[in-house]
Amino acid sequence: MDQKALRKLVESISKTVKSFKKSEVECLIRLFHSLVERDDVRLHNNVLDRNTFRATLHNLFGMTDDMLMKRVFFAFDKNDNCMNVKEWIKGLSVFLRGTFEEKLKFCFKVYYLNSDGYISREEIFDMLKNSLHQQSSEKETDGGIEELVEKMLKKMDYDNDGKISFAVFEKAVKEETLLLEVFGQCLPEAKICLDFEALAFTHPDF
Amino acid sequence: MLSANRNPVAKILGMDYNTMKEDPSILNILDKITKEDDPESEVKMKMAMLLEELDLHLLNYSLKHASLEIHLNPVTIKKDIELLKHFSGQGEQTVLESIEYTSDYEFSNGCRAPPWRQLHGEICYVLVKPHDVETLCITCCAEGVFLNGGKTDDEGEINYERKGAIYKDLVTFLKHKSAKFSENMSKQTRLTEEQQKVKDQPKKAPKKKEADALHKSITSSNKSKLENNQINFGKNQMTKRLEPSVNWKTDVDFKVRRISVRDTQEKKHGGRPEKSTPPVSPGRAQLVHKNADKTEEIPSESSSESEEDEEPPDHRQEANADLPSEYWQIQKLVKYLKGGNQTATVIALCSMRDFNLAQETCQLAIRDVGGLEVLINLLDTDEVKCKIGSLKILKEISYNPQIRRNIVDLGGLPVMVNILDSPHKILKCLAAETIANVAKFRRARRVVRHHGGITKLVALLDCAQNSTEPAQASLYDERDVEVARCGALALWSCSKSYANKEAIRKAGGIPLLAQLLKTSHENMLIPVVGTLQECASEESYRAAIKAERIIENLVKNLNSENEQLQEHCAMAIYQCAEDEETRDLVRLHGGLKPLASLLNKTDNKERLAAVTGAIWKCSISKENVTKFREYRAIETLVGLLTDQPEEVLVNVVGALGECCQEYENRVLVRKCGGIQPLVNLLVGINQALLVNVTKAVGACAVEPESMVIIDRLDGVRLLWSLLKNPHPDVKASAAWALCPCIQNAKDAGEMVRSFVGGLELVVNLLKSDNKEVLASVCAVITNIAKDQENLAVITDHGVVPLLSKLANTNNDKLRQHLAEAISRCCMWGRNKVAFGEHKAVAPLVRYLKSNDTNVHRATAQALYQLSEDANNCITMHENGAVKLLLDMVGSPDQDLQEAAAGCISNIRRLALATEKARYP
Repeated sequence: MDQKALRKLVESISKTVKSFKKSEVECLIRLFHSLVERDDVRLHNNVLDRNTFRATLHNLFGMTDDMLMKRVFFAFDKNDNCMNVKEWIKGLSVFLRGTFEEKLKFCFKVYYLNSDGYISREEIFDMLKNSLHQQSSEKETDGGIEELVEKMLKKMDYDNDGKISFAVFEKAVKEETLLLEVFGQCLPEAKICLDFEALAFTHPDF
Repeated sequence: MLSANRNPVAKILGMDYNTMKEDPSILNILDKITKEDDPESEVKMKMAMLLEELDLHLLNYSLKHASLEIHLNPVTIKKDIELLKHFSGQGEQTVLESIEYTSDYEFSNGCRAPPWRQLHGEICYVLVKPHDVETLCITCCAEGVFLNGGKTDDEGEINYERKGAIYKDLVTFLKHKSAKFSENMSKQTRLTEEQQKVKDQPKKAPKKKEADALHKSITSSNKSKLENNQINFGKNQMTKRLEPSVNWKTDVDFKVRRISVRDTQEKKHGGRPEKSTPPVSPGRAQLVHKNADKTEEIPSESSSESEEDEEPPDHRQEANADLPSEYWQIQKLVKYLKGGNQTATVIALCSMRDFNLAQETCQLAIRDVGGLEVLINLLDTDEVKCKIGSLKILKEISYNPQIRRNIVDLGGLPVMVNILDSPHKILKCLAAETIANVAKFRRARRVVRHHGGITKLVALLDCAQNSTEPAQASLYDERDVEVARCGALALWSCSKSYANKEAIRKAGGIPLLAQLLKTSHENMLIPVVGTLQECASEESYRAAIKAERIIENLVKNLNSENEQLQEHCAMAIYQCAEDEETRDLVRLHGGLKPLASLLNKTDNKERLAAVTGAIWKCSISKENVTKFREYRAIETLVGLLTDQPEEVLVNVVGALGECCQEYENRVLVRKCGGIQPLVNLLVGINQALLVNVTKAVGACAVEPESMVIIDRLDGVRLLWSLLKNPHPDVKASAAWALCPCIQNAKDAGEMVRSFVGGLELVVNLLKSDNKEVLASVCAVITNIAKDQENLAVITDHGVVPLLSKLANTNNDKLRQHLAEAISRCCMWGRNKVAFGEHKAVAPLVRYLKSNDTNVHRATAQALYQLSEDANNCITMHENGAVKLLLDMVGSPDQDLQEAAAGCISNIRRLALATEKARYP
């Protein structure tokens, strides 16, 4: 790879993402690179597609829920359905070194998909759909899920409009941190983060 | 059945019935008949066989009837009674108030009736107190159960006469006699059925334990209730006679007393130090405490056992009987906990936290729907969030004493102990805080220790060493200081068991606690000082506290704003200040002034008790007393002699007793009007208080002016009557106090004579086997004997042989006072000779070999008196007294010199006289 281009890229990313050292940024670029598996194209245009990203989330960060991984992808990705290296590193900075506020925003972003700025009842139901093991009948399971949804809405929908705004979400999570990933895991666990860092920053090429 | 009648059926039905089992009956008869060579033998044999057949038939027939009639035996009755015991006790829910055997002794056959009554088939007698009827005295016999004539008042004997119909068993009987019984009985059955329905998971083992616990607590409460009711049968009569000592703290040894003070303090808060749990969420916590107290008070009230380990009866919620809506909601949530993935579990946990977990209904609901098992299981998973959520709930509900026990029964503690090793600080904190709540009773504390919990908790304190916080603090994490605080909190709970104190020390906890004591976070300091205070009951800790320079920080925190912190600091000082060096340290670090000023804040009685305790112990040092006088603490102490709880009074009076060793303070106490309230306290029953009051009054009596007041208030009579107190420490202390009284009273001789039977009482105390009592009584006798008339009276009461009997002792204190008493008693009649006759002289000579000069002086004086009798001189000479006395003549002590010289001179004079007689 072109050392000069790489250094330039590191420089430009370091300007926006402050939580990583330059050497670390470089490592993450290399990692991105190895994931994309296309050496020939210029670095800027390298993009990660959803499937590869999902595999990465699964293999490296131990996530399992397909639907949530899809949502995480969209939280990483700005708009164009494919993730470039900047988006990758920015996302990872939240994953690995994010402050509470950053993580809060990130989780909220994962949970509202239709980009209206609110988490709606339907979305919650959708996210919790698989959270209960099959009860005796499907109807019963659905009833259970419906109740969980109801409970959370009751807890967070302070303005009673059937949907959760960021302000409300923030308030609830600040009261009870456990609610941060209330609708499903979208952040890697602390231990996995440490493992990942150890791996990525010492063996950049895997 | 009955030991005297092991096989009644066989007896009733004849010997043949028994023997026939082995041999075929026909052979038996054949044998008998063929022996007599009779021609009619054949007919006879036929007849015999017919008869035998008839006999057998009759036997079988009667047996059927017999088996119908005899249906009670000791085993079934015992089972019945045990069962009923489970369900009796105080309160509306129980079936009976009490059920108790009349006799503790059980014969090997299971009967409790005396052997001569066993002949009548009687098995045992039971005293039953239903809620709505008088106590019933019931006979259980083989035929059934009936009411007997009750016990007669005089002998405690039972009137065995039957007074009513025979019922087939105990329950039927009681159902007929007590409406309340049959009503509650049916409730109980319904209740147990409901419980089984509610439980979807079998948990037999814990249930059994609960039942045991229930049983235990109820039997013990019954025992004491029986005594309260004063139903006196044989043994119980004795316990009644000893009753006062049951009420009082059993020992005045300071260490023990200290515990008892704490006990009484604890009792006031429902026996739990919980009230001092740092305010995690104050409003909520308080609510819980109320609940907790309510449930724990019931069993501890009626029991004299260490209430801490009292397992409270289990109140299961009555199904159907309007279950609160929370119950059903919580049941649903528990279902989601069981059948959900991590997300659903976290939601369910968070929703559960929205209930008021401080409320007993919710706490018990979680348990009753099997939630505890699930919550504890979650702790075993790898899901951090689930563990956090679960611990947050367990932490809250474990304020409930029943839940604590359930958590322990379900094996929750080992899991939590393991979590203490977790890399997540929040998990460490939550686990430690939950352990702090659960380890409020002994069994739990033991489990924590056995699973290595103490070492891990001590490790949590070590926040200074590994203060390198990881660069990215994990999401849910806490600060190191918080971890240490939670660790200290758990150690505080654990430190109430002796073995745990040892374990904390061995794990290196003391230096770490000392380190934490230097911080300034109040909510950290309280558990730290609390733990130290708890542990300071151990000598090893007191030494370490001195070595680790902890006193300095304790003193510093006396100046804190937090009342609880002040209280624990004062308490710790109280515990440690028995050591002289520590007392000096308290003064050097300026601790006396804050103590003196806290004395003026009397609203918080716990704190006041701790502060007065610290002042008491500190005032054992003279320099400290001087300081206290400077701070006007003595006047304040006198002011605290009235209208204070006993815990405070004990310490206040103790402090005054120490202060009054000095002249200035005695004057001060008199001038402040302290003598009257002190004398008033002589009529109390608290043993620790009496020991201190007698000491204080005795100290005051040294001043003739004060003595006038004491005499006027009849204080001497009160002191004298305390010689009858059952507790030796009170006796001894009262006797010591009497000495200055007799010395300083006007017309002491007349006063002493005016106590009817008083002199005889004192002389008889010489039969005590307590060294301190003996020494003090000897001192009293020395003072009494100064009056010739009284000396004559005590001589008549046989003081000489009793004193002589005590002579063989190695206790120097007793030796000194005994020798003084003997010396005084020699002044009457032929007592000198009598001491010789009772062989008191030879042992006295040996006293001269003691290392104590006080003993030497007293002994030399006694020997001087005794040496006026020739035979005594011979005994002294034979026992080598002369050489020993010659050494004493060289003593710098003038009294000793004189006495020794006088004695030698007497011996010498006798020798000369003998010589003269022999060679005139």
